[in-house]
Amino acid sequence: MTDKPVKGVKRFFVTGNEVVAWAALAAEADIMYGYPITPQNEIMHYWTRLAPKYGRKFLQTEDEISAGFTTCGGVLSGARAFTATAGPGNTLMQEAMSMAEMMSIPTVVAVMQRGGPSTATVIYSQQEVTMTCFGGNGEGLRIVYSTGSHQELYDYTIKAFNTAWKYRIPTFILGDGYQAKMREPVIMYDPAEKGINMVPTEKILGAPGMPGVDRDPQHLQNTYNTEEELYEVVNQLVERYWKAAPEIVEHEEFQCQDAETIIVAHGVVTRAAQAAVDELRAQGKKVGHFRPITLRPFPKEAMKKAIQNAKEIIVVESAQGQLDKIVKSEIYEAKVPITGYFRPGMGITAEEIVEFINQRG
Amino acid sequence: MALVPNMPQVWRQETKPHKFCPGCGHGLVLKTLGECIDELGIQDRVIFGCDIGCSLLSYDFFNVDTVQTHHGRTTPVLTGIKRARPDRICIAYMGDGGGYAIGSQHLVNAASRNEKITVLLANNCNYGMTGGQMAPTTLPGMKTETSPYGRDVEQTGNPTQGPEMVAAITPENAYVARGTIANLRQLKRMIKKALETQINGVGFSFVEALSACPTNWRTNAKDTWHFVEKEMTQYFKVGEKKVPPEKEEQ
Ligand SMILES: Cc1ncc(C[n+]2csc(CCOP(=O)(O)OP(=O)(O)O)c2C)c(N)n1
Ligand code: SF4
Repeated sequence: MTDKPVKGVKRFFVTGNEVVAWAALAAEADIMYGYPITPQNEIMHYWTRLAPKYGRKFLQTEDEISAGFTTCGGVLSGARAFTATAGPGNTLMQEAMSMAEMMSIPTVVAVMQRGGPSTATVIYSQQEVTMTCFGGNGEGLRIVYSTGSHQELYDYTIKAFNTAWKYRIPTFILGDGYQAKMREPVIMYDPAEKGINMVPTEKILGAPGMPGVDRDPQHLQNTYNTEEELYEVVNQLVERYWKAAPEIVEHEEFQCQDAETIIVAHGVVTRAAQAAVDELRAQGKKVGHFRPITLRPFPKEAMKKAIQNAKEIIVVESAQGQLDKIVKSEIYEAKVPITGYFRPGMGITAEEIVEFINQRG
Repeated sequence: MALVPNMPQVWRQETKPHKFCPGCGHGLVLKTLGECIDELGIQDRVIFGCDIGCSLLSYDFFNVDTVQTHHGRTTPVLTGIKRARPDRICIAYMGDGGGYAIGSQHLVNAASRNEKITVLLANNCNYGMTGGQMAPTTLPGMKTETSPYGRDVEQTGNPTQGPEMVAAITPENAYVARGTIANLRQLKRMIKKALETQINGVGFSFVEALSACPTNWRTNAKDTWHFVEKEMTQYFKVGEKKVPPEKEEQ
């Protein structure tokens, strides 16, 4: 066997894209399929430089439709396979992801959100939340981890492979252009060193033996003839998803206990929200912050508990209300008014949040 | 159980009779493919992918691992498998709409990259599954549901020459041919050579089979065969378009 790409535990100062490439290597990913799009390009750049040294593979496809479907193929053949994309590429990839949803194909996709709609900017946004959580003609049967730092990009890329293969659910690491391009410290480690075992993959197609003789052939379907047939299949998928959900959901809370105002933010915006909480607390205001890490499934129960004593919720995001929509549907019974601070495609600072909350009196 | 004579061994008995319309060309193409799989002894290595189109009905046709994909996306799924597991024999099966319209970028690029997979395409001059609309391969003047007055080549172009296009963009070690259900022995030789090209790991392989869709053509048996043998061949020339060099010398 080739050497482990990451040995022991080491500190680095690198970009988020580089972190994802290293994490995929450390997670024993076998192959990456991809199509260039900013701001995720360097995931491929690092992967293509590093992969051959560790016996891993890469294919540059003709578009993201192909990147999505080749990833499905790789996974079906038993490889720990992944791809990365952003913006309009993420749009194209949704077709393959709906197949992954339907056929329980544990694909892993790293998304580095850029401005939208359309081609927009190559810089940053949180405008791919709805698409990543609910894209395609499906029921949103995916797992979406929204990371907020390079350390989380590393941790959750490794975790994404394990969650995907454990539950056989397509899994996304939802980053953004800031995280992709920024440099910051990160501790990389060999998962085994931290007691993380990689969930074994399975040759869903092409297992040993003569099909029809030693074993049944695999005849994987995604079309059905009758409403009843489909209904049964979808029900099974839905049931399995919601059974797994309580084990999958993750969140963080900052001083929510006695908070009257709770800021809800995800991804990199959590940093501004955390700093805003510190500042507003210093000013004597009872403010807390709730951060969903999994946007899908959403940590609904935890959030309901966190807002028990709150008088208002402020959803802060670099999109025109995509997280807001999820929050509203998840906690619709709560009688707490919800206000949005929406900055589609724009970075958000702690000062802005402080000012927004202070202006409200 | 008494076996029906000359049924390929790789056929899955439990799923026969197959699901295609009576007189459909898909069954003949698949039977021929089955014979090739038998003769090459590759049943345990084959991964078969079928497109959405009437080819989707073949998802349980063979005793081989099979995946139904999306309309036009069979080529990338099988490419993904082959790249990850080069020891598998990957066969992508599709219609002309899947290969030449919605999935044409995948066919072109898989061919250009010389992917070591086999694409087998049934050309029936129309979109069978969706009820007989015009396809890239619809003959000039031919009536379909979306060309009710006959295909107007001024407006919609001429029939796509798939194998000719693939032959033009593949390196010389690829195998490209057009066969027909009207000559199954020849079609079998072609599919076998295509699979051998993959087995030997030399290059991309592509076989288009002129096929029949009597349901949407609204033809009886006699007219169906006339259309395949006399009409289609005016535009689609049967024969090998590209043969890996070593093979020619033998
Ligand atoms: C993305 C997408 N667009 C359209 C369809 C509808 N559709 C299903 S089969 C088909 C055409 C099939 O024609 P062809 O590929 O020539 O195969 P045939 O049925 O003739 O064998 C179409 C358009 C689909 N399933 N998916
Ligand atoms: S509609 Fe045409 S292509 Fe489809 S099964 Fe019937 S005859 Fe065959």
